[in-house]
Amino acid sequence: MSGTMKQTWSPPTDELQSVLAELKETVGACMQCGTCTASCPNEFAMDVTPRRMWRMIQFGMLDEILESRTFWFCSSCYMCTLRCPRGLKLTSAMSALKRLASLDGSRQARKNGAFYEAFMDNVETYGRVQETIMMNGYFLKRKDPAVPLAFIPMGMKMMARGKLHMPSGRQRGLLKPLFSKAREMEGGI
Amino acid sequence: MKYAYYPGCSLRESAQEFDISVQAVMERLGVELEEIPDWTCCGASAAEPVSKLMNYVLPARNLAIVEKEMGAMDVLAPCSACYLNLLKVDREVIGNRHLHGRVNEVLAASGLVYGGTVKVRHLLDVLLNDVGAKIVEQKVTDSLEGMTVAPYYGCQILRPYPVFDDPGRPTSMEPILKALGATVHKWDFGNRCCGASLMVGHRDVALRSVADILAGAEGADVIVTVCPLCQMNLEAYQSQAVKSGGRHVPVIYLSQLMGLAFGMGEKLMQLKKNMTLTGTARKDFNAKVWRPDVQSEGEDEAVDMSG
Repeated sequence: MSGTMKQTWSPPTDELQSVLAELKETVGACMQCGTCTASCPNEFAMDVTPRRMWRMIQFGMLDEILESRTFWFCSSCYMCTLRCPRGLKLTSAMSALKRLASLDGSRQARKNGAFYEAFMDNVETYGRVQETIMMNGYFLKRKDPAVPLAFIPMGMKMMARGKLHMPSGRQRGLLKPLFSKAREMEGGI
Repeated sequence: MKYAYYPGCSLRESAQEFDISVQAVMERLGVELEEIPDWTCCGASAAEPVSKLMNYVLPARNLAIVEKEMGAMDVLAPCSACYLNLLKVDREVIGNRHLHGRVNEVLAASGLVYGGTVKVRHLLDVLLNDVGAKIVEQKVTDSLEGMTVAPYYGCQILRPYPVFDDPGRPTSMEPILKALGATVHKWDFGNRCCGASLMVGHRDVALRSVADILAGAEGADVIVTVCPLCQMNLEAYQSQAVKSGGRHVPVIYLSQLMGLAFGMGEKLMQLKKNMTLTGTARKDFNAKVWRPDVQSEGEDEAVDMSG
């Protein structure tokens, strides 16, 4: 019986399993009250409500979780975490779901995770975020010329107000050892 | 009063007016800020979706430097995301032996270790509880009497860890605004999310939040913020948000507004860097159009002023 069940799932890697285990631990005590869904400012854009997502995690419905785009709409406002009557770290769970999807590596995940990846690449190299280079890194990751084009008016506005700056290399490389060590401990970021 | 100053990346990039105004205003208030040597990025809200460990290591590195080199003095962070990430180390790492050990194992790669003795404070917390509205009021030379200000708190200084304010109905800016002579705009949008980094990848979703906030500011002369990302989202996308039901409102950092009330001038407060402070808006600021006396004068001289 369980054999047939398993065949309908894609075989998860160890890393996927470990993030899923972390998620199950985070939302295991969810009692499905729905306060999170009612508190979420971006719920209107989600395909699966936060409450339903926690249930899918409890049931280990990995494929359905990975098909959803819900977690990419979390803006880390922490309203659900604040209000959760069980005191669950739901915003952290949304971040873990983003990590889970990135490990899975679908096209959807690469597109939605591009900003976070570009941000962290930039921090790893420069120590402090260098906004202009970071946005270029984001555009490269998106591989879609329409994306940078949509930012031109914003870039012009920022330039006019003296908000764009030459990158500073003073903290360059300072964080390299930490990133390498964490990568080694987490088995690849 | 002396604090270890953690400006954070934005304040050295697109939010320089926040950095400069915070430093100038704090100096006027007798608060000494000593910048953390070689501080690095806190990871903002981008670290947690990429690496759970780095989400804690990045802020912990800065706290470790303060502990080691600055005698564990309180850290002052003006940016909401920086504040929360630094605070998370205290709330989530310290006391969790396994995680604390792992964070220190990573820090050891740079010869650092964090014991957990540094206290993290947000600018607003320090202004309200260490400096106090009384001292602020004493420094006012140019009262904002007649100006209605909508205090916008955003998310991460209030949630998930309420430290110095009520996360459902925040009021911590009100005593300061009143000390400046301003009238507080009562609204329900002070703790609403601005959409944060969704503005980059899902602009339509974030614009809806910004439009709601801007519409809620009806009746206010200005919105004040204490976070560079809130400020950016409310300012830079205003014309687009207006199309979705928002309205045009000047947006300014709390520290800039304080500087103006302290008579420090628009040049020092770098009002030219604010994207919503157009020439007309800055002229209004200089002319103090919200003042009752100016308003009546303005009516009398309306014909002359139009030239």
